[in-house]
Amino acid sequence: MAQEKQISESEGLPPINVWAPVILLGWLIPGGGHFFLNKRGRGAILAVSITLTFVLGLLMRGAMFQPQTGDLLTILIYYGGYVGDLASGVLYFLASWMGYSQVDVAGHVHDYGTKFLVGAGLLNILAIVDAFEIACGKKN
Amino acid sequence: MPKMNLSHFEASVLFGLVISVVLGVVTKKTDKERLNYGLYCFGCFIATIFGLGWVMWLGHR
Repeated sequence: MAQEKQISESEGLPPINVWAPVILLGWLIPGGGHFFLNKRGRGAILAVSITLTFVLGLLMRGAMFQPQTGDLLTILIYYGGYVGDLASGVLYFLASWMGYSQVDVAGHVHDYGTKFLVGAGLLNILAIVDAFEIACGKKN
Repeated sequence: MPKMNLSHFEASVLFGLVISVVLGVVTKKTDKERLNYGLYCFGCFIATIFGLGWVMWLGHR
C-alpha cells in the first residue's frame, strides 16, 4: 500500500528538466526560481527580502559557520548553520570570497547578525520549495 | 564596511518583518491572502517580542 502510494507520488512529478533548473536558480539567486517561472512580482519580493536579511547580517558583523566536529550539539549547530549559510547561494559565496566572513565574537549585535545570515538561507529554502511547487504545477 | 548597531528590539522587529514577508509570499495563493497572512505573522512576532520582553522583565525583578 505504502509502495503504491510512493509510486503514484513519484509519477506525479514532472520530468527533472522541468524543476531542476528552477531549484538550481532559486538556490544560486534568491528569487531566481520565481523569475525563471515568470513570477516576477513574487520573485522580486523574495529577492529583496532575502538579500536584505543577508546584508543586514553582514552589517551586524555576523559570523559564518564552518563545519565542526565534537559533541552532538556542536555538530548539529555548526553543520546546521553551515547548511543555512550555504543556502543563500551566490550571496554566501560572494561574501566569503570577498572576505566578509567574520570570526565569532561576543555581543548581541554580532549574535543577531549570525542569525540573520542563517535566516536568509532558511528563507531561501522556503522560496526554493515554493518555486519547486509552482514548477510541478501544485501551485500557481 | 560600516557596522550596524541595533538594539534587541530593533533587530527582532526587522527579523520578524522579513520573515513575515517571505512567509506571506510563499504560503498563500492569492495576493489578498498573502497580505493578510504576512500581517498576521508580523502581528504574532510583535506580540511575542512584547510578551517575552515582559516575561524577562518580571523574571529579573
